[in-house]
Amino acid sequence: MSANQPPVNSPEIRRLPRVLEPGHDYATVTDKIASIVLTRPISLGWLAGFGLAFSVVMMLNVAVAWLIIKGVGIWSINIPVGWGFAIVNFVWWIGIGHAGTLISAILFLLNQKWRTSINRFAEAMTLFAVACAGLFPLIHTGRPWMAYYMFPYPSTMGIWPQFRSPLIWDVFAVSTYGTVSLLFWFVGLIPDLATLRDHAIGKPKQIIYGMLALGWRGSARHWHRYQSAYLLLAGLATPLVLSVHTVVSFDFAIAIVPGWHTTIFPPYFVAGAIYSGFAMVLTIAIPLRAAYGLQDFITMRHLENMAKVMLATGLIVAYGYFFEFFLSLYSGQKFDVFLVHQRLHGPYNYYYFALILCNILTPQLLWFQKVRTNVAVLFVMSLVINTGMWLERFVIVVISLARDFMPSAWGRYSATVWDYATFVGTLGLFTMLLFLFVRVLPAISIAEMRELVHQTSEEHE
Amino acid sequence: MIEHRSHTYGVLGEFDTEHQLCHAARAAREAGWVHIEGYTPFPVEALSDALGLKRNKVPLVTLIGGLIGGLGGFYFQYWCNVYSYPMNIGGRPLNSWPAFIPVTFELTVLGASLAAVFGMLALNGLPEPYHPLFNIDRFVKHATTDKFFLCIEARDKKFNVEDAKRFFEGVHATNVSEVQDD
Repeated sequence: MSANQPPVNSPEIRRLPRVLEPGHDYATVTDKIASIVLTRPISLGWLAGFGLAFSVVMMLNVAVAWLIIKGVGIWSINIPVGWGFAIVNFVWWIGIGHAGTLISAILFLLNQKWRTSINRFAEAMTLFAVACAGLFPLIHTGRPWMAYYMFPYPSTMGIWPQFRSPLIWDVFAVSTYGTVSLLFWFVGLIPDLATLRDHAIGKPKQIIYGMLALGWRGSARHWHRYQSAYLLLAGLATPLVLSVHTVVSFDFAIAIVPGWHTTIFPPYFVAGAIYSGFAMVLTIAIPLRAAYGLQDFITMRHLENMAKVMLATGLIVAYGYFFEFFLSLYSGQKFDVFLVHQRLHGPYNYYYFALILCNILTPQLLWFQKVRTNVAVLFVMSLVINTGMWLERFVIVVISLARDFMPSAWGRYSATVWDYATFVGTLGLFTMLLFLFVRVLPAISIAEMRELVHQTSEEHE
Repeated sequence: MIEHRSHTYGVLGEFDTEHQLCHAARAAREAGWVHIEGYTPFPVEALSDALGLKRNKVPLVTLIGGLIGGLGGFYFQYWCNVYSYPMNIGGRPLNSWPAFIPVTFELTVLGASLAAVFGMLALNGLPEPYHPLFNIDRFVKHATTDKFFLCIEARDKKFNVEDAKRFFEGVHATNVSEVQDD
């Protein structure tokens, strides 16, 4: 955290809004953040939101139970469209998770101070998104109780998973990603759990937070090793996050389906993941700061920076769309050329136009500072981009599969009520977990905020 | 049988700022104490220098974990495909190593991350639910919030309670207490 900060009095720094509003010391940041968890009574708004999300999770339970009873036939997947909503949703959720890791790991390595107040809930968002994502391939197997077949275990049949298959790469990539995200999140939480243990009133809370804090006491030797471990984890998570969506894109790019078999996929998937992830961070941050009065910590600077990241990654995605078309046309392959025609004039072309509107045209408004600093507009735009990114995966999965090579093998796809129930159900699961998270764990890293107080006070001296 | 039901763990001094703490830590080392430890609510790099902490072993443990994950992961795939269940598919090589790289990479990261986290915890001696310092009320209330502490531990050869207390008064600690381990 000590390296090359620009000189404090440079005009460039003064112009920027602050990452922490003035007037806070170690105790006030601690109280402000810890009180949300420890003393604030459960509000009616929280209860209503949690209740709604919980009932949606019940719908997910019904949808998954019915799926297990009847089989994947209750979805509209068919031959040729064997992937459908399950894989669309999987890629969408995994992509959303990526912003959390980006904020916590890459911005940490790049020494970006503004990450401090948003990294904790962005990491939580990653975990919950990965949980939602993991559900889809699992239930898409049709026999989820046999999913362990995908892991290499010494079976009596003596065979092993096909390690040359991108689907097995995916199993390893996603499970590693889930594990490392959990570790990173937990390591970041340890000092804060100790703070909660020391401030909690009543035995049960003290015992629970005390167990989770592992006896942390802020010893200098502990911090010394802790910082090494945190830095190393950030360094490890950075290539990991890039690899995960690369491997996800291999699921498509390794296959020979027109529209999938292209080398632009890995970078374009990674950019798309970060794009949708930042949109989701905004979708969560804007209501969170309003509901819990965290405007001092999640300032306009944060929102504006996130908008800038969205604009940049959105442009990379636009470049990806352009090159997808360019390469299809330039290849001269008739199936590839036909795919372009399909997207523009085929039965699902309105999805494609909606995608261009959501992902390429709307975000261009972010060039204007007035838009970037308008909270309401940003919130709406984050929802638009999330929709756009979901449409992108729909276009990639469904349009490509529906009409590939032989016209006699073409098919159509239209989602059933169970497809929608499962998708909306995971949205409910995600929301419910977030509601629980803000009540039981500090949504902003307290220890890192103290460090920020320390740094900003040094700068003013 | 238990002769010393209660014995002294050390003497704890409290400070308002990390600068005072670093100053005190340096002074304590100069005065000849070896077993001293600082406690702060956030990482203070200057304190590591003041306490003379050297490079720690976490990076080495992480490297070993990563090597085990990576080499083990690759060798496992090699063994599965070349020895355990070789399958000739279109005459392609059994050891088709480029296809093994994604899993090898993921397992390298996994091994290194697990080693970094659990290595850090193990080297720190955590989890450790009880610690004598938790007997001090002010430590519990402030060490993880807003105050800075320095402890001169009783296992130091030079240790005696009076000297340590006098030292803390000399460096203007706001609070000094003797820590009992019972």
